[in-house]
Amino acid sequence: MFKYYGKYAPYLFLLPAALILLVFFFIPFFQTVYLSFFDYSSSIYSPSAIGIDNYTKLFHSPVFYKVMWNTFLYLFIAVPILAIFPLFVAILINQKIRGVTLYKILIYLPVIVSIVVAAIAFKWLYADQGILNYIVTKLGFEPIGWLTDPKWALLSVVIVTIWKGIGYYMIIYLAALMSVPQELYEACDIDGASFLRKHLTVTIPHIMPTIALVTTISAISAMKVFAEIYVMTKGGPLNSSKTIVYYIYERAFENLDLGYASAMAVVLLVIVMAFSLVNILCFERKKYDL
Amino acid sequence: MICKNIFSKIKFDKISTHIILIFVSLLSIFPFIWLISTSLKGSGENIFAYPPTIIPKDFTFENYIGVWDKVDFIGYFVNSMIVAGGTVLLNLILSAMAGYPLARMEFKGKKITFFSILATIMIPFQAIMLPVYLITLKLHLVDSVSNMAGFIGLIMPFAVSAFGIFLMRQAFLGIPKEMEEAAIVDGCNVWQLFWKVLLPMVKPSLAVLAIFTFIGSWGEFLWPSIVLTKESMYTLPVGVNNLQGMFSSNWRFIAAGSILSTIPILIFFLCMQRYFISGENEGAVKG
Repeated sequence: MFKYYGKYAPYLFLLPAALILLVFFFIPFFQTVYLSFFDYSSSIYSPSAIGIDNYTKLFHSPVFYKVMWNTFLYLFIAVPILAIFPLFVAILINQKIRGVTLYKILIYLPVIVSIVVAAIAFKWLYADQGILNYIVTKLGFEPIGWLTDPKWALLSVVIVTIWKGIGYYMIIYLAALMSVPQELYEACDIDGASFLRKHLTVTIPHIMPTIALVTTISAISAMKVFAEIYVMTKGGPLNSSKTIVYYIYERAFENLDLGYASAMAVVLLVIVMAFSLVNILCFERKKYDL
Repeated sequence: MICKNIFSKIKFDKISTHIILIFVSLLSIFPFIWLISTSLKGSGENIFAYPPTIIPKDFTFENYIGVWDKVDFIGYFVNSMIVAGGTVLLNLILSAMAGYPLARMEFKGKKITFFSILATIMIPFQAIMLPVYLITLKLHLVDSVSNMAGFIGLIMPFAVSAFGIFLMRQAFLGIPKEMEEAAIVDGCNVWQLFWKVLLPMVKPSLAVLAIFTFIGSWGEFLWPSIVLTKESMYTLPVGVNNLQGMFSSNWRFIAAGSILSTIPILIFFLCMQRYFISGENEGAVKG
């Protein structure tokens, strides 16, 4: 095909997007690393270069380890449930039954609703004299301080994340289930295989790449959790629900300790970039033609 | 063995499938139902009563009227519309413009451009938000300068995404090359070709991009809560979060306000539901 465009045309088309990505992604990316070598804690207007002191401070701080522990605990609770339960729901919905669209809409609803509204709704369920504690006491237990007891706060927040993610991952699984050859299910039915056997031997092996994909993307989004914590607990009580992003936010925008916050942000960058790299290289190659 | 026997007996006939799905559906909407129930209870009814009542005994709309009078929901809604509308428009134009040469043109530095854009997918906004804020301040794109500047500052960091660029690139790859040749023979230049011939052909992808960008922008909470200083500039999520401070323990008002704020996106979802639940666009939302 003849070349119908001028020499500069491709660059002109790319320019506006490139400018935005440069100003709001690449420069901030390098600036985050750069800022992490400065001390802002004595004065925000005259930072001093302090080498890796922010990192040393970070790695000696008990709060840092608490925050890392919380974040990974968050991940280890949310990810397995989000990888398995939506698959189970998708398998049930994928059968030829009535009302499929209605079920899908209702289960997808939490995905669409603002995380702030979702967090407020759960805060109300978790109230000291709320409906959940009514059920708990009816079952013969002491009322639980869902958001006020350090033992429970993180779990209470994770539940919101899981609740909000089920519909999203269910739809991803439903798309994957369409690609499983129907003959295999028919063969199972003829052999009289049980529900569990059928899906363990046919469905799961076929959609293994999707299960892996859901695992990595839910892990990445668990690393980035913020709004749930901001609205429900502010990281408390006693740092028991403080995760990485909330800690960065607090350090940067409340304590104005920009250098320290940036060091924490670099830690987040390293972890998320590692997860994303695995995700892109292993599961999304086709999407990006790699 | 016992375990195996139990499992082999589970048949999941239609009735048990429905029972489980109804249960999951109820779990999904119950937090909203409880919020709606609370929002409709009058001051004569104890909202902490044991046992809890789902159907209000003292049914009233006065919480909705009360919260509507005290909170500028229309203002929040308009702000959210401006931000989400601007974000969608810029994403459509910028992603299409960037996706086109990546799909259709040969130029020096194409590979490095491609990989640089791909790299931004791996950078979480949460990790770079501090410098993004400092840059936005430097560019005077904050609401303390003017409302207009505030809106631009809310929009710009999300004006284009790698996801959008790759989506549009994929769409342009699907157009037969003969289309371009015919248009050029007819005397179009490359700019006209792009706007008048190619863009109309990728409308389905533009629609998908518009819808998912809209949802993402509409629900965005972290960035506006960092940059906004004036209440009159609040978007809906920030405004709703603020209800907690305004009505500290008045859960009837907080509940009514939360439900009110959800109505627009609920209508949008119900109208566009096939884009969300068909599964064709899986993996499109959520950053």
